[in-house]
Amino acid sequence: MTQWPCPLPGGGTADEWALTMRPDGAAKACLLIVPALFDEGNKLRRFTVEVMRRLAASGVACVLPDLPGFNESILPLDTQTPGDWQVAMEGAARHFAASHVLTIRGGALAAPRGVPGWHYAPVAGASQMRQMLRARILAAREAGRSETQDSLLEAGRMHGLELAGYRLGADFIAEFGGLVAREEPSMQTITQDMLGGPGLWLRTEPGEDAGQADALAAIIAVALAQRETA
Amino acid sequence: MQDDTDQLLRAILRDVLGLKPGQAEAFTAQTGLFGHLPELDSMAVAGLLTEIEDRLGIIVEDEDVDGDMLADYGSLLNFVSERRGAA
Repeated sequence: MTQWPCPLPGGGTADEWALTMRPDGAAKACLLIVPALFDEGNKLRRFTVEVMRRLAASGVACVLPDLPGFNESILPLDTQTPGDWQVAMEGAARHFAASHVLTIRGGALAAPRGVPGWHYAPVAGASQMRQMLRARILAAREAGRSETQDSLLEAGRMHGLELAGYRLGADFIAEFGGLVAREEPSMQTITQDMLGGPGLWLRTEPGEDAGQADALAAIIAVALAQRETA
Repeated sequence: MQDDTDQLLRAILRDVLGLKPGQAEAFTAQTGLFGHLPELDSMAVAGLLTEIEDRLGIIVEDEDVDGDMLADYGSLLNFVSERRGAA
């Protein structure tokens, strides 16, 4: 684990943690990994680290920073916006001299601008939001309360909202649902069917799949090697 | 249509519940879901419904979702088949 100065939206920095894997003799440039969001971030953490291990073993330095408000970050989640995350990941890309980026699922929505790379199974903000709203509505119904997506969103845009155990601010709610992964020539999409198995974020119990980690790491390592010799 | 839906729905349950090969295929109409599978909490049900919408091309309204619909495999298959037929 490495601490790094994460840029804050109002100026200044906060110390955030990143998991780094830098094999001996690796080039200074590294692969920045933007983690999946919310519950998927927890479910895919182990898979993400397994992919990093494989990349490091093939000589690729990798860094996995926390998004502000998640994991070891001490910043409150309810003051974050997707734009803040993007600024944070751009700061991480500069600090760690990232030559490429790999985003995982909703991490695509916080991809740093100007860094080429890959989106793994990107998901739109609207889709993640809808699923978390639905979970809240179902849980409320079990408790005998009636809520709707429209009323929750309306209230959320005014006062913020707690979804799936995550306290989100009003600005976040207003922005997140409209976000999709940026399509740029420098960003390629790695779809789930390229990994040969169902997405591990689907599982109710976090699982692991060595074959999928092998496949994702191989796609990145081969592409990086081809770019180096090109 | 029915055969296709049945197969797709079993695949979704297998992926979401992390079932072993053959386990979802052994589900009968009476196999209990919500309330019988501890891992199927509200977050998991939300994920399950999202996958059903994406892979089967239907929309599930929140008011459609209740204990009856998710009671057992047969009731979920009936609901999904009806929606696909109406689409």
